[in-house]
Amino acid sequence: MTSVIIAKSKLNDFLASLKSGYQVLGPIHQGDMIAFGPVNKVEDLALPYSNTRLSIKSVFFPQSERMFGYSLDKEDADAGIIKETPKEYPNRVVFGLRPCDAKAVTLVDVNMDNPQYQDPWWVKRRETTTLIGLGCEHPCSTCFCTSMGSGPFDETGLDVLLTELPDAYLAKSLTPKGEQLLKQAKGTDAASPAGEKTAAEIKTKAEQALPKLETAKLKDKNMMELFNARFWERVQFACINCGACTFLCPTCWCFDIQDEVSKKAGDRIRNWDSCMFPLFTLHGTGHNPRDHKVQRVRQRFMHKLKYYIDKYGDGPACVGCGRCVQACPVNIDIRNVITLMNEYQTSAGTKA
Amino acid sequence: MLEYVDKIRDIARRLLSENKVDVVIGFRQGSVPMMSEPAVISRPEDVDELYWDYNCGINLTNYLTKRPDRIGIVAKGCDSRNIVTHMVENQIKREQLYIIGAPCHGMIDRSRILAALGDQEPTKVVVNDSEIVVTGPGLERKFDRKEYLQNNCATCIHRNPVIYDELLAAPVEEQKLTNRYADVEKIEAMSPDDKWAFFDKMLAPCIRCYACRNACPLCYCPTCFVDEARPQWVGKSIDPTDVRTFHFLRAYHCAGRCTDCGACERACPVNIPVRLLTKKLNKDVEDLYGFEPGMVPDVRPPLDVYRPDDPGGFIK
Repeated sequence: MTSVIIAKSKLNDFLASLKSGYQVLGPIHQGDMIAFGPVNKVEDLALPYSNTRLSIKSVFFPQSERMFGYSLDKEDADAGIIKETPKEYPNRVVFGLRPCDAKAVTLVDVNMDNPQYQDPWWVKRRETTTLIGLGCEHPCSTCFCTSMGSGPFDETGLDVLLTELPDAYLAKSLTPKGEQLLKQAKGTDAASPAGEKTAAEIKTKAEQALPKLETAKLKDKNMMELFNARFWERVQFACINCGACTFLCPTCWCFDIQDEVSKKAGDRIRNWDSCMFPLFTLHGTGHNPRDHKVQRVRQRFMHKLKYYIDKYGDGPACVGCGRCVQACPVNIDIRNVITLMNEYQTSAGTKA
Repeated sequence: MLEYVDKIRDIARRLLSENKVDVVIGFRQGSVPMMSEPAVISRPEDVDELYWDYNCGINLTNYLTKRPDRIGIVAKGCDSRNIVTHMVENQIKREQLYIIGAPCHGMIDRSRILAALGDQEPTKVVVNDSEIVVTGPGLERKFDRKEYLQNNCATCIHRNPVIYDELLAAPVEEQKLTNRYADVEKIEAMSPDDKWAFFDKMLAPCIRCYACRNACPLCYCPTCFVDEARPQWVGKSIDPTDVRTFHFLRAYHCAGRCTDCGACERACPVNIPVRLLTKKLNKDVEDLYGFEPGMVPDVRPPLDVYRPDDPGGFIK
């Protein structure tokens, strides 16, 4: 693990040298929003910035993606044979993502890359992508990352962590991938102990500025009692069952698979899906086990804050980025729900 | 409009304790600036949760659909017109409702203020008659309130509820506007190619979360056409053709019914001005049929009835 300094005046040299070996993505302006997009020079970057409107997940898991294609032309020798749609996996760098997003990627890894299942596209994109995180000196008022096991300078999932100093970035490599990137990059200078000390102070100050939500009791709650808690009625009232929260969320990984056929060719496409939609659980029989809004709202929070914890002994499956807090059209605030769940008095009070 | 808060609570307390209604639907104060949360209150002791300010832009009529109980509801001009539309379309009965009318001064446009702030985050927003005062870390800015109303509120000519049981204040003066459709006319004047390019660019950020549809009180179909599986009318991906199909069809389903409440636009997480589509159709319905939705409780919308003298000039 080495640390180097990238002077702000040399950031263009740094980015230019990355471009010789990688496609470079970073936070850029897109209309009123900040989104991940191609970066050629410093001026492209939307710096300073709080966070991107949509999370990092589409970099690894696009909203809509052709998985397979097939021909339905009977004249075609390969008619009816499903073939993987060719994809490219260039070496990429994401420059300047927030640590909460990188932490979220590792939570999604649990689903997309585990001993039982490996999602090939997720895995290949993860392998060929290097993540250079930018620590948050000024977290937003809606951020609660430190309560969710992450933090403004969390190193989880990152290859390099940048801390912004007055005239430079302190870059710390965290993995062999990050180490190699920094070794090859231009525009870097040796880090000074003074720079590292300032960075440590910035980190501590940012962490202390964040609110602390209590989550410790979640894992010992009785799942069924939490499931049947009366507060869900109150939480769900405002919900309009749109997918804004789930689509903006960096840890929501659910998708739907659709075949789209046009003339004599077809594509098998996967699209982000959302547990907020009634269609998400509609069975072929017409039965829908989550036919009511309250069931869908409860599912989203229970999945993140209880089922994930119980299943993986880790979590919660939320990184406290606050995107859903900012984007929910009807102001359903996950921070309040976390508190309701954590404080809920079940009769037994312990795990069943 | 803060002076409405106490009155809303008093009325709600009275209605609930006198058992005139089973619930009162209103807003709770938001947990973040420029937001508010629709809330349902069923016990007199909870009425102090109710709140009202310049951020109550979500249309509460959306929460009335097919409710079986007796409901007190706080309604702005646009909400009240959607209540009328709901009555006409048999989604709720007048006798179930106690309408607490809120003469409206216009809601402020959160997304435009956030865009104007760039990436600076407001932690406190105070609105008075003339100004919106925004403060945050290293941030203090004032906006002219009238300049930063939601676009639909800026062109609203029905700020006072059209139907109510009780008003929270004396009616406000309605705006006298010479042209409410300047934005639509700008698009109408474009060449077909330019229009195509305009709508493509406008819809490009869409993530198909359906917040626009779900925030709309008109969208109460048991299964929306985009969710139909047999047959499936529309693709589910973010292919531009499917995205366009969703938006254009959604807008057409609202023709002659839309009150331009702006809930769709307010709900959009990626700032798409979806109202431009419905507003064009509002203009057409006004031009062709002289009809404004939600004004009279016993007239069905023009696209719902046939009259021998219906204009047919567009049939070629």
